[in-house]
Amino acid sequence: MADTEVKETSVQENKNTPAEMKKGRKGGRIRPRNYDLGNGVYRFSRTRMFHKKAVYKFIGKKTPKTVKPKKPITIEKKISGDKNGEKRIVLLKKRRANYPTEDPVTVHHSKKCFRDHRRYLRPSLKPGTICILLAGIHKGKRVVFLKQLKSGLLLVTGPFLINACPLRRVSQNYVIATSTRINVSGLKIPAHINDDYFKRKREKRAKKEEGDIFSKKKDEYKPNDQRKADQNVVDKFVIAAIKRNKEKKMLFTYLSAMFGLRSSQYPHRLKF
Amino acid sequence: MPFQRFVESGRIAYVSDGQYKGKLVAIVDIIDQNRVLVDGPASNVPRCEMRLNELHLTKFRIRFSYTGSTRVVRKAWEAANINDLWKETMWARKVEAKKKRLELSDFDRFKLRKAKQIRNKLRTDVFYRLKKKVKKAKTTSASKKAEKK
Repeated sequence: MADTEVKETSVQENKNTPAEMKKGRKGGRIRPRNYDLGNGVYRFSRTRMFHKKAVYKFIGKKTPKTVKPKKPITIEKKISGDKNGEKRIVLLKKRRANYPTEDPVTVHHSKKCFRDHRRYLRPSLKPGTICILLAGIHKGKRVVFLKQLKSGLLLVTGPFLINACPLRRVSQNYVIATSTRINVSGLKIPAHINDDYFKRKREKRAKKEEGDIFSKKKDEYKPNDQRKADQNVVDKFVIAAIKRNKEKKMLFTYLSAMFGLRSSQYPHRLKF
Repeated sequence: MPFQRFVESGRIAYVSDGQYKGKLVAIVDIIDQNRVLVDGPASNVPRCEMRLNELHLTKFRIRFSYTGSTRVVRKAWEAANINDLWKETMWARKVEAKKKRLELSDFDRFKLRKAKQIRNKLRTDVFYRLKKKVKKAKTTSASKKAEKK
């Protein structure tokens, strides 16, 4: 492409003087006649360009310099009245009357609330992926990932029947996603299972008048009937999905077994 | 026992490090104490210099004229059937197994563990049964001897 254009321009130049050519040219970008072939090698050598540009025509010639008249910055003004020095030098362009005392207020971008944060999910995590938990009371267990909640946390289940890990929320940072996946398509998680569902319910502290504040015992956590029912619904589906798998027997033992590293096994070198 | 494998032209070496890790090359020429000129026409390694500390010498050696070209090396390589000979070696099989082990997923590793457990259980059972048998045979023969006396 560029090559043909180069020829055209060179032909034109032979006919016309450069000044005429400038007039005849249409507006827009002009491609340079000489161009980089890569690695700093140019298409035309210095001598080729010398002839192309017809530099020989201009050797020894000098265009007279046009001297622009200088515009005055100041002007001398006559001042009437005695004791005024008769004249004063005044700037043609007046200076600003005032300058800001403070830096102008720059506009900050608004900070996003947590609920507006963008949630990311590792591509290795897809519903039905078997994950290894790395933190919390269930660490080391292999669990089934169900979905990502609105807060960005993962909803996960053991299933409870297999390894006693209930429906739980985990951060994806504390999970290793394995390449093993169970087909859980069609799983409908009850709509009320959301972040609020898992929120810790805190009782208010007893007031001063009502007996000793230290005497109150801590209640141990016990799942309520609602949770048990939800657990049942989800686990039933997940277990059925595992049973549909070809290696169901192995999968059951796999899920019930804890993850651990043996000697000369390094998690960053392993494939999961 | 004297050394069996030498750095010499025609020696087949296994590349243990660098860009061509895991490939076989033939030593063509020796540059100095640490470096050699190698060529791997059958393993897509261009003729280049390599440090000797990233080469492991194999037991194979091919014969070609001194500093032969790539074409000559390829001919000698194919004539000696190095690729097939290499595949049969224990070394190559171990490399292959190692590669396979690295590729295993977590579930595969678990299955392997379980399979090994079953195999070991079977093996120890057989072993104990045999042991018992031998013990029994010994005691009976001993008692018979005692009776004879």
